Amino acid sequence: MIRPHRAHPLWLAFLLHRISGLGLALFLPAHFYVLSLALTRPASLDGFLHWTENPLLKVSEFGLVFLLAVHMFGGLRLLALEFLPWSPRQKTFAAAAAVASAFIASIFFISAVA
Amino acid sequence: MAAAQKYMQVSVWRGDEATGALEEFDVPAQESQTILDVVSWIQQNADATLAYRYACRVGMCGSCAMMVNGKPRWTCRTHVKKVLGDNGRLTIEPLRNLPVIKDLATDMTEFFDKWIAAEGVFHPTKTRYDEIEGIDPESSVRVEANAAIECINCAVCYAACDVVSANPDYFGPAALNRAWSLVNDTRDGGQAARLEAVSSNGGCHNCHSQQGCSTFCPNELNPTLSIAGLKRETVTSLFRRRS
Ligand code: SF4
Ligand code: SF4
Ligand code: FES
Repeated sequence: MIRPHRAHPLWLAFLLHRISGLGLALFLPAHFYVLSLALTRPASLDGFLHWTENPLLKVSEFGLVFLLAVHMFGGLRLLALEFLPWSPRQKTFAAAAAVASAFIASIFFISAVA
Repeated sequence: MAAAQKYMQVSVWRGDEATGALEEFDVPAQESQTILDVVSWIQQNADATLAYRYACRVGMCGSCAMMVNGKPRWTCRTHVKKVLGDNGRLTIEPLRNLPVIKDLATDMTEFFDKWIAAEGVFHPTKTRYDEIEGIDPESSVRVEANAAIECINCAVCYAACDVVSANPDYFGPAALNRAWSLVNDTRDGGQAARLEAVSSNGGCHNCHSQQGCSTFCPNELNPTLSIAGLKRETVTSLFRRRS
């Protein structure tokens, strides 16, 4: 359960940023390992790429793109918050704009890769 | 005949941090009632030994803050109706992140010591024999200072901050907010020492910008923005020194 003093949207934004960061940290070593197969064992890489055609993995690619987008926009949000002189109203507008553009960008990205 | 009196179930923290526990009280519900009214009713009618703190009752002195249903609040200006859960229960505890002396009274020494450690202290550059310095109310620094100045030292933000709970050295939002208003005070002569202090171990770079402080500050100040100002200031001063 989320403790009452944390139950506000900005804390959830922080939580999402952390979780997406952890998710990416787990994904990246596996990613680099698979890429390295191109040099060491091309045959198993081809086998693996074949395996990724499976629809379940296509769905999990969506999750990955989501993690990347959330983490990138979360980071940009923090940089903007700390380095630009916002007023709270501008901040709300900017957050809404960022969410909308992240959403649209991910849809395009997913339709491109799928 | 008057309508039958309704009662609220109120759990109140009794004792100190280590050995204390919640104690139940039945308190008559009123049409218009603050959390501080509830606490005073208990102390005046149910148990005279209840320890708590308040002074002004109008949101000026900053002494009455407590945790109400898990959230930090100024109790004299928090209406019961606004915070009562669906189950009609109230839980009132001492502020988080501060040592408990007894019941609802916390020891605020470290909170105030940290204001001084963060250089939230004015360093005058003039004497009483000098002319009073004119400050343009429209100037950008005065506008920045204004936004941060109405702090009542209630420690609500300090109780809301998870970085304070994780790092006992962290000065916390109120002290850094005060330091930021002084960074924008053109009469102050201690800016170098202040930048040094706010970039030390307990300083502004600990802040994760989660904004618990701004969410709960009863005076609607935004310590996160002030701390972001300090972060910018420490970064630009680094480049100033290099060049
Ligand atoms: S924004 Fe910074 S000071 Fe405010 S609650 Fe979060 S960590 Fe603490
Ligand atoms: S900044 Fe707000 S919450 Fe923090 S001590 Fe000042 S008035 Fe209270
Ligand atoms: S009693 Fe003074 S602020 Fe609440």
